[in-house]
Amino acid sequence: MDSLKDPLKDPLLDPVSDSVRHLDLTEVPLRSVNALLHGREVDDLPMLTPGEDVVLSHPQGAHAVAVGLDSPRQVRIEGHVGYYAAGMNQRADVVISGNAGVGVAENMMSGSVTVLGNASQAAGATAHGGLLVVHGDAAARCGISMKGVDIVVGGSIGHMSAFMAQAGRLVVRGDAGDALGDSIYEARLYVRGEVASLGADCVAKQMRPEHHEELAALLKAAGYEDDDTGAYTRYGSARELYHFDVDNAY
Amino acid sequence: MDPHDLAQRGLRPSATYDAATIHDIQRAAATGVYDIRGGGAKRAVPHFDDLLFLGASMSRYPLEGYRERCGTDVVLGARHARYPLHLDIPVTIAGMSFGALSGRAKEALGRGASEAGTSTTTGDGGMTPEERGQSKHLVYQYLPSRYGMNPDDLRQADAIEIVLGQGAKPGGGGMLLGQKISERVAGMRTLPQGIDQRSACRHPDWTGPDDLTIKIAELREITDHEKPIFVKVGASRPYYDVKLAVHAGADVVVVDGMQGGTAATQDVFIENVGIPTLAAVPQAVQALRELGVHRSGADAVQLIVSGGIRTGADVAKAVALGADAVSIGTAALIALGDNDPRWSAEYEAVGSAAGYFDDYQDGRDPAGISTQDDELAARLDPVAGGRRLANYLRVLTMEAQTIARACGKAHVQHLEPEDLVALTVESAAMARVPLAGTTWVPGAVGSPGAGYGG
Repeated sequence: MDSLKDPLKDPLLDPVSDSVRHLDLTEVPLRSVNALLHGREVDDLPMLTPGEDVVLSHPQGAHAVAVGLDSPRQVRIEGHVGYYAAGMNQRADVVISGNAGVGVAENMMSGSVTVLGNASQAAGATAHGGLLVVHGDAAARCGISMKGVDIVVGGSIGHMSAFMAQAGRLVVRGDAGDALGDSIYEARLYVRGEVASLGADCVAKQMRPEHHEELAALLKAAGYEDDDTGAYTRYGSARELYHFDVDNAY
Repeated sequence: MDPHDLAQRGLRPSATYDAATIHDIQRAAATGVYDIRGGGAKRAVPHFDDLLFLGASMSRYPLEGYRERCGTDVVLGARHARYPLHLDIPVTIAGMSFGALSGRAKEALGRGASEAGTSTTTGDGGMTPEERGQSKHLVYQYLPSRYGMNPDDLRQADAIEIVLGQGAKPGGGGMLLGQKISERVAGMRTLPQGIDQRSACRHPDWTGPDDLTIKIAELREITDHEKPIFVKVGASRPYYDVKLAVHAGADVVVVDGMQGGTAATQDVFIENVGIPTLAAVPQAVQALRELGVHRSGADAVQLIVSGGIRTGADVAKAVALGADAVSIGTAALIALGDNDPRWSAEYEAVGSAAGYFDDYQDGRDPAGISTQDDELAARLDPVAGGRRLANYLRVLTMEAQTIARACGKAHVQHLEPEDLVALTVESAAMARVPLAGTTWVPGAVGSPGAGYGG
């Protein structure tokens, strides 16, 4: 993996803190790890200092790793994680070096989550803000019900992605599965590859200069600044389901 | 028209095509859209009215109704949470959204609940400062839409209620029509202002009970295991749903029957999907008993029942059947001032009548409760409304205590199915108590059958 795709290894990044706490999830219970990350006192473990970075090793597919973070902090998870990793993240920057299970960064509010491998279903579900980058593929329902988050997927995404997507931007460098953007509201979708099919009320839209600019900024933020934005198609809401009408009954 | 006069003229109404049905067909033909309304099921279904208590007699001692203590408190969610809810009364306020209701109505609910020592619940659309500020015990709903869901509110909630369904519409999501999507409501829900909004009917990031287990674990991790986790289901298959919810880790299960109200959904949905509250309670209790968590002490899972709770008798009957507490929604709105006859002329003006108003979705509520119109909303004084609700909650509690004492119980939770009989075969079968005057529990294994003592 290109080190520039891993934001915590970006040589230009100013460290939040000089100190790094190493926590082994085979030794420290998940409940204690999350409590520490919330700034709480845990048994005989010293509290994290403000901004102290954390490396979590041996997650071994555990669920709910590094959830509910609410302060600026860099957290690196060395390995694969299960469901809801970095769920509801606020202000922290989390990097997952392996694959992520269902609902990575679900309901994220701010900060960033980067998955160096693949992500399972519902990546970034309902997230309100922040940046989610998946360098591999993301499975079905990527960005479902997204509410303001920015999501960049290096590979392809599965079916029913951006279902009922309300706000935010979803960038897909590969292909999208069936029913992309079904019942979409005001989220903006940019796909470079093939779209298997569009969902109800989702249509292709013109790429105006401001969309190229927006897309370029998102790609740059995810480490893909060399992409040609002209190769992407924008999708969004036709806004024909915004008012109940008998003809809208499927 | 006087029915007697019509009969004298040889005009006989059809039971199948009654006046309301004929009107529905005519309305559908004229408009081409289905009817959307609030309120719960209006059809007559077996309900708590069909049950009677067996007061104390020769073999049982009653408690004196005025002086002797009869407890009403209830603890919810002590199974896993560091801070369970300890409520003074077994009547809570059900989830109703800001958006469906005005900010002042939500504030009034919080005030009334707090004065009576009980909890109120947010709803689809997020937590408002008005509600949090006035609610001593606030349950934060975690709904499929996740409108306004944020971890800060999660952390400042007193309990979390994962909503899978609602009694009025199990399997359906919410509806909020454009006239109620004000700037504030739209902002809280991240939606364009003025659109007709449908809330999702299923959660976006989990499917099935195994995933729910993981979701509950995540919410516990985010909140450092402090908050009780409720799981709410619309009553359709309560036996299985309750078992699965308990296995998934729920501390409290909320079962909402079909008489439960709703802000808005299709009339056909309200009247034809789900089962009556009365039928749901024994199934839910059976599930808890079989899992060994019904009123079992520290590891107990509490059952909250809602859908058509109106009187202290309803409270007592639900508790006697095995509920730990009940929840009220429609009745709470009526207590605030909903359907008040003093607005009769205005109810007529919007095509309804005091006592019949159910168009909670259209934002023109004369009582100023189910609206986002500032002028209408100003009609509800949240302090006075809260006081009315607190009064009503006190009456419900005193009525339940009256019945409990008459049955010889020093705490309302000591009421039990043995204290009940049913007036109809249907209600006896659903509630699993004997038909009055018999020992017959229709459908019960080993029931001695009809008659006197089998």
